[in-house]
Amino acid sequence: MSKVLLKVENLKKYFPITGGIFSKKIGDVKAVDDVSFFVKRGETLGIVGESGCGKSTTGRMLMRLIEPTEGSVIFDGKELTELNDTEMRIIRKDVQMVYQDPYASLNPRHTVEQILEEPLIVHGMGDKQERRKRVKEMLEVVGLSGYHAKRYPHQFSGGQRQRIGIARALMTKPKLIIADEPVSALDVSIQSQVLNLLEDLQAEFGLTYIFIAHDLGVVKHISDRVGVMYLGRLVEITTSSKLYEHPLHPYTEALLGSVPIPDPTVSLDREILTGDLPNPADPPQGCAFHTRCKKCMDICKIERPQLAEIEPDHYAACHLYEQSI
Amino acid sequence: MEVSLNKNPQTPNLPEEDNAVSPWIEAWRSFRRNKLAIIGTCIVLFFIMIAIFAPYIAPSGINEQVMAKRLLPPSSEHWFGTDDFGRDIFSRVLYGARISLWVGFLSVMGSLVVGTLLGILAGYYGRWVDTIISRTFDIMLAFPSILLAIAIVAVLGPSLRNALIAIAIINIPNFGRLIRSKVLSVKQEEYIIAARGIGMKNSRILFKHVLPNSMAPVIVQGTLAIATAIIEAAALSFLGLGAEAPNPEWGKMLSDARPLLTQAPWTMFFPGIAIMLTVLGFNLMGDGLRDALDPRMKN
Ligand SMILES: Nc1ncnc2c1ncn2[C@@H]1O[C@H](COP(=O)(O)OP(=O)(O)OP(=O)(O)O)[C@@H](O)[C@H]1O
Ligand SMILES: [Mg+2]
Repeated sequence: MSKVLLKVENLKKYFPITGGIFSKKIGDVKAVDDVSFFVKRGETLGIVGESGCGKSTTGRMLMRLIEPTEGSVIFDGKELTELNDTEMRIIRKDVQMVYQDPYASLNPRHTVEQILEEPLIVHGMGDKQERRKRVKEMLEVVGLSGYHAKRYPHQFSGGQRQRIGIARALMTKPKLIIADEPVSALDVSIQSQVLNLLEDLQAEFGLTYIFIAHDLGVVKHISDRVGVMYLGRLVEITTSSKLYEHPLHPYTEALLGSVPIPDPTVSLDREILTGDLPNPADPPQGCAFHTRCKKCMDICKIERPQLAEIEPDHYAACHLYEQSI
Repeated sequence: MEVSLNKNPQTPNLPEEDNAVSPWIEAWRSFRRNKLAIIGTCIVLFFIMIAIFAPYIAPSGINEQVMAKRLLPPSSEHWFGTDDFGRDIFSRVLYGARISLWVGFLSVMGSLVVGTLLGILAGYYGRWVDTIISRTFDIMLAFPSILLAIAIVAVLGPSLRNALIAIAIINIPNFGRLIRSKVLSVKQEEYIIAARGIGMKNSRILFKHVLPNSMAPVIVQGTLAIATAIIEAAALSFLGLGAEAPNPEWGKMLSDARPLLTQAPWTMFFPGIAIMLTVLGFNLMGDGLRDALDPRMKN
C-alpha cells in the first residue's frame, strides 16, 4: 500500500464566460489553474486562500462533483478522471465531503435519520435495522444523541448541524474526507469544538483529511502540511511547522501578517495585504500576485513562476528564490 | 466505528422527547395564523361542500323550466330569482359550483403534472432538453393566453371538455417555467451537491431531493391557477366556446343573462358573485400558502 493516498497533477478548471446576445464564449475564469499536490495516508493537508481563489472548486474536482478541465486525480491508485459515472459513484463511498454551510448542506425536508441513512442505502450497506443502528451510533460518535434521529435539520444549531454533516460523511467509512471550510460558518466558540471533533475522529478511524480554510489560523493545529492558493494557483506548500515559522512566498507572509519575520534584514514592517484581489477572469500577467506584492521584481510582471522545491519538502512559486536552486 | 467519543461538550438545548417538527407542520402553523388565508380556505371549502351536496340542497334541478315564473326577482321562494326560462337561479348556481370547481381542479391538475414534468426535465438536465422545452414555452406564452385557448377550442370544437383541455394546455408553460427556475436554484443548493457527493444516481436525486424541495411554489401556483382557470372557463363559456345549454356553468349563465342586464340584473348578479367569491377564496388561500411555504416568493 502506497503511502500516498491522493495525488493531483496539473489540475485545471476553466469556467467559460459567456456574453452578448448569442451567449458566445468570450473568455475563461481560470478558477483552478495548474494545481499539483499529494496527500499521504492519515495526514491532514490544509488548503488556504482568500475567498474565490478556487479552493472549493479544487475540492469538488477531486470528487468530480465539478469536472476538471484538465489534469489527473489519482486516488488510492486509481485515475479518477477516467472513471465512468457508475465507477465514480462507487468511489464516492471512499471519498466524502463536509460542506461549508451547515444550513444549506442538509436537505431541509429529510429527518436526520433519513439524511444519515441515505449513504448506506445508496451503497447497499446493511439492512434497515443495521442501518438504523449505525445512524444512532454515528450520532453519538459526533456528540449528538440517538433521540435526535427523528428531528429535522432546522431544529438544530449550526454547530449541531455541522456534526450531522460530519456524521453523514463518516457513514460509509471513507478513507478521505474533504472538509470545505467546515467551521467558517460557525461561531468562534463552536469552531474549536468541531475542530476537536474532527481531530478525534481522525485519530479514532485513521482518516485522511483535506482541510480547506480561508485563514491560516484555523488550519494551523489541525494540518500536517499546508498549501496556500492564490487566484487558482498553489503558491506554496510545505509542512505546517515550516510554513508558519519560515514562509517563503510573500503572499503567505502577508497572510500570516502578525507572525514575526525571523530574518531582520528582510524587512521590519509587517506584511499586510493591500490592494484588491484581481479579477479571476482577467488575472495579472506573470505572477498573479505581483500587483499586491511588496517584493515585486521586473520579472514577476512578465513570467509566471513555477512551483519548485526551494528547500527539502518546501515548495514555493516565486521568482525571489530562483537563484537559490 | 462502535466507539463513542463523547468528550465533545455540546449544548443539547432541546428537551429529550421526540418532538420532530417537519417543514410541513411548520408551514401549517404559520398558515393557521394567517386570518385571510383561513377565510380563503373556508370559502373554498364552502364551495366544495356546495359542489358535493348540490343535489341535496338545491330546491330544483338545473333545467326545470316553469314558463309562468320567468324572470322573477329574488324572493323567499326563489332566493336568487328565476331566469328567462323560469328556472331557479339558486339551484343553477349551486350546480354551477360543480362545473367550475371540476374544470378548475382538472385543468390545473393537467397543466401541473405536464408542466412540472417538463420543467423538471428542462431544469435538471439543461442543454438541448432545456432549449427545446423552454423555447416551446416561450412561443406559447407569446400569445395572450385566452386567444390561445380560443384557438385550441376552435380546432377541437366548442364543448366544456375541450375548454378544459384548452385551459390545461395554456397553463402548462406557467407551471413549467416556475418549476424549471425552482429546479435550477435547488440544483445549486449544497444539499443537492452533497447528494451527488454521497454517490447517488440522478434519478434518486431528482425524485428524493430536487422534486420535494421544488414543490412549494407549485402548490401555491396550483391554488392560484384554479382561480384563473375558473375565470378562463367562464370566459370561454361566455364566448360560447365552453359549456353548452342547459349546463349551468357560471360563465355561460353570465353570457345568457347579458341581454337581461337592465331588465333582470339578478340573473347576472348571482353567477357573477359566485365566480368572484370562488376566485377570491382560491386567491386568498394561495397567497396564504405562499407566505407559509415559500416566504421568498412574495416579492
Ligand atoms: N460554476 C461556475 N461558473 C463560473 N465561475 C465559477 C463557477 N464556480 C466558481 N467560479 C469562480 O471560480 C473562482 C473560484 O471559486 P471557488 O468557489 O472555488 O472559490 P473558493 O476559494 O472556494 O472561495 P470561498 O472561500 O468563497 O468559498 C471564483 O472566482 C468563482 O467566481
Ligand atoms: Mg469555497
